[in-house]
Amino acid sequence: MRALAPLRKVGVTGRGLVVALPYLWLVLFFVAPFVIVLKISFSDIDLAIPPYKPLIEWIGKNSLAIKLNLNNYAFLFTDSLYVHAFLNSIKVAFISTLLCLLVGYPVAYGIARSSGTWRNVLLFLVVLPFWTSLLLRVYAWIGLLKANGVINNVLIWLKLIHEPLTLLYTPLAMYIGIVYSYLPFMILPLYANLEKMDWQLLEAAEDLGCRPWQAFYKITVPLSRNGILAGSMLVFIPAVGEFVIPALLGGPNALMIGRVLWDEFSSNRAWPVASAVVILLLILLVPFMMWYQSVQRRESAGER
Amino acid sequence: MNYRRSYFITTCLAFGFAFLYVPILSMVVFSFNASKLVTVWDAANSPTLKWYVSLIHNEEILDAAWISLKVAVINATGSVILGTLAGVGLARFAQFRGRFTLSAMTTAPLVMPEVITGLSLLLLFVAMEQWVGWPAGRGITTMTIAHMTFSMAYVTVVVQSRMATFDSALEEAAMDLGAPPLKVFFVITLPIIFPAVLSGWLLAFTLSWDDLVISSFTSGPGSSTLPMVVFSKVRLGVSPEINVLATITIAVVTAMIIGISLWLSRAGRLEKVAE
Repeated sequence: MRALAPLRKVGVTGRGLVVALPYLWLVLFFVAPFVIVLKISFSDIDLAIPPYKPLIEWIGKNSLAIKLNLNNYAFLFTDSLYVHAFLNSIKVAFISTLLCLLVGYPVAYGIARSSGTWRNVLLFLVVLPFWTSLLLRVYAWIGLLKANGVINNVLIWLKLIHEPLTLLYTPLAMYIGIVYSYLPFMILPLYANLEKMDWQLLEAAEDLGCRPWQAFYKITVPLSRNGILAGSMLVFIPAVGEFVIPALLGGPNALMIGRVLWDEFSSNRAWPVASAVVILLLILLVPFMMWYQSVQRRESAGER
Repeated sequence: MNYRRSYFITTCLAFGFAFLYVPILSMVVFSFNASKLVTVWDAANSPTLKWYVSLIHNEEILDAAWISLKVAVINATGSVILGTLAGVGLARFAQFRGRFTLSAMTTAPLVMPEVITGLSLLLLFVAMEQWVGWPAGRGITTMTIAHMTFSMAYVTVVVQSRMATFDSALEEAAMDLGAPPLKVFFVITLPIIFPAVLSGWLLAFTLSWDDLVISSFTSGPGSSTLPMVVFSKVRLGVSPEINVLATITIAVVTAMIIGISLWLSRAGRLEKVAE
């Protein structure tokens, strides 16, 4: 540490060095990109490489011109494709979050109320799919849902239907895919919260004449509020920008903003418009991210 | 009353886990199917290993897997270093300038939609190339930087939560006895948080190995990763080779996780015996 003595005089400490490296990395590769996106969102499109014009230009000898082009944003609000895709993404993410909560809460509750060994086994089973590829798990649903897929074959074999149902490339398929992929993200924070629950409160409530269902929504649900919020945010925020699942299961009509962004960027090379989409998405999502962070802080501080 | 409730919860658990596992099991079963029609079971010739043989002769998939492996290993190692530094800093230093920013910057990548991260990183790389001439073009380097940026956030969370549960008195005692901070870290802190660091490494490896969206934005010609090749194949429909790939992935991951948790629980027991 003696080697650091001269550095310490200028305010550099061992502690400072520990956090400096990750700090600088994230500023450079996580924050700076958004500044550049913001800049490009105000640029004109150009038929060059890269396909946008600079914001700041020298015009004449001593004058510097900064031209902010708001057309990209105006374009997004006037073109019904974008408005529709935006609203649809929020709708799909919201419904998926509710479905995840509906499926995930009983599972998390069941795990939290299981005995030691079962609890570990069930938790392992929740975590395992998370470690295997998301892409492959979404792909599995194509095999299940397609016209001569497993579900249709089983239904025909049971003589419940005669003609195969159209399941793949429908909104239903997309919802199944999203709920399936994001379910562990709902279950794990819920479980982490429910695990700390004092179950004697429920017994007390029942002794005092509460019905089990009443005790559930008067005691368990309010006490697990942080878990519900954290899980919902972990599903909702990434689901808004989801690209892979609508592209594979949703069919051509599944208009999600992540997909529009991808197309705008790769096939149309409209980088300024794509940047404007990113900025608007961030304006929408950053409040939710801050909410998530405050929920996490409260949860780790043990507050309800 | 109690019985009926637990009956209800058991049913929910059964349905929940069936929902999680039926698709996975169907891929495993159909990976042994002889028919090219994937989901139509060819009873006469199945089970067969012929798609396994054809997968290990598929050059495109093997090349892509090799690139994915390189990126995943470098990414995991880099993000463990960055993430452990951030996690230790956030857990041990109660107050420092920029603490709030650092904790926000390590939480945001966890929930940030991948298209946003991918697109903005690509625009950064393009701008950097214009200004400083580095990185020249896009490929394995840019992809690894992009992966490290989101993976280190996961490592930070894992390390930070492990740090929060262990008693800092051990570190303080070592310091009181005259050990310099760096030595305290390597002799006391690191061995204790090692399970967290190891799971952080594996998590970072898996995230990188699986990533499709951010890789597609930040990769260049000739650096297609395994998920990129799989995605382009899957868009054309189901393929028996992808079922084989999925089965192998599941087998490796399951074996690895069981092995490590057994090893960790044994190590945990030994620690208890020693105490």
